[in-house]
Amino acid sequence: MAFAPSDEPVALKILVAGGFGVGKTTLVGAISEIRPLRTEEVLSDRSVGVDDIDGVEGKTTTTVAMDFGRITIREGLVVYLFGTPGQERFWFMWDELSYGALGAVVLADTRRLTDCFPSIDYFEQRGTPFIVAVNCFDGAERHEPDDVRVALDLDPEVPVLLCDVRRRASAKVVLVTLVEHALKTLTAAQR
Amino acid sequence: MDEEAGPVVRPFALTGGRARSSGDNLDLIAMVRSTGTPPHGDTTIGPEQRRILEIARSGASVADIASDVDLPLGVVRVLIGDLHDQGLIVVRPPVTVAPQPSERILKEVINGLRAL
Ligand SMILES: Nc1nc2c(ncn2[C@@H]2O[C@H](COP(=O)(O)OP(=O)(O)OP(=O)(O)O)[C@@H](O)[C@H]2O)c(=O)[nH]1
Ligand SMILES: [Mg+2]
Repeated sequence: MAFAPSDEPVALKILVAGGFGVGKTTLVGAISEIRPLRTEEVLSDRSVGVDDIDGVEGKTTTTVAMDFGRITIREGLVVYLFGTPGQERFWFMWDELSYGALGAVVLADTRRLTDCFPSIDYFEQRGTPFIVAVNCFDGAERHEPDDVRVALDLDPEVPVLLCDVRRRASAKVVLVTLVEHALKTLTAAQR
Repeated sequence: MDEEAGPVVRPFALTGGRARSSGDNLDLIAMVRSTGTPPHGDTTIGPEQRRILEIARSGASVADIASDVDLPLGVVRVLIGDLHDQGLIVVRPPVTVAPQPSERILKEVINGLRAL
């Protein structure tokens, strides 16, 4: 059932979360080959005006697209990026994504900082290492990372940085910061 | 976030109307590889499953496969579950889940990302 140890590929999973329109798709696209990945959301409300599919499981689903990116570090070592909507109704996806995830990037927009509260709460509760990357939109007032940290009531060890997710170099710094943080968390836990 | 308007009916047809299968709990980054065993003469594997066998010939993650065949994850899990039950593929859970990825791997990733 298992592959020979010599060709055991190692795959790592990184999540990109944050509120609506905060730049998740842009970030994944800036750093990796982005591809569509669809999943189904089960709609519990049957009055949404959809076709009757009775007799076929009696389930009503709608398709939700995730951002899916892949970075090949070397042969046999791949980092997968998954960008998911941040609203609580999408937590069904997060539950599966965060299992075994190396960590998460929570993108924040200073004009709507509260949008990232659910993401932060979620990763804090799950114990998933995360960082907060503040996407600097044109025209938005610049905030210092420390102000953002206070506003979000983050633990002192959670890295906060400013970024422009449209720039590949900036997206790279974001991911490196996350993996470094995950490494720190890991070595601290081993001590 | 992009949402398509209607429900997806065709996937249920593809999976024979089933929503449960042995592939249900597959991790998105579990690695799938075709065994190379030809399907039994009397089993009917559809074009989608043939595609999956092809993609997984040199090993591919569940997410890679779903993206390549352009079908929703739930459907792909069912199809992979069937192929597994027929002995046509092997599935290996991600190395990362337990134990944690090693320090060495993470350092390699950091350097790799910097070099991109
Ligand atoms: N000026 C500026 N625009 C940005 C920046 N990041 C993203 N955008 C734009 O903001 C819009 C939303 O970005 P997306 O990457 O689609 O955001 P998203 O989080 O994927 O959005 P949803 O999936 O709809 O929740 C796009 O038009 C981007 O081009 C940025 O740093 N600066
Ligand atoms: Mg998006």
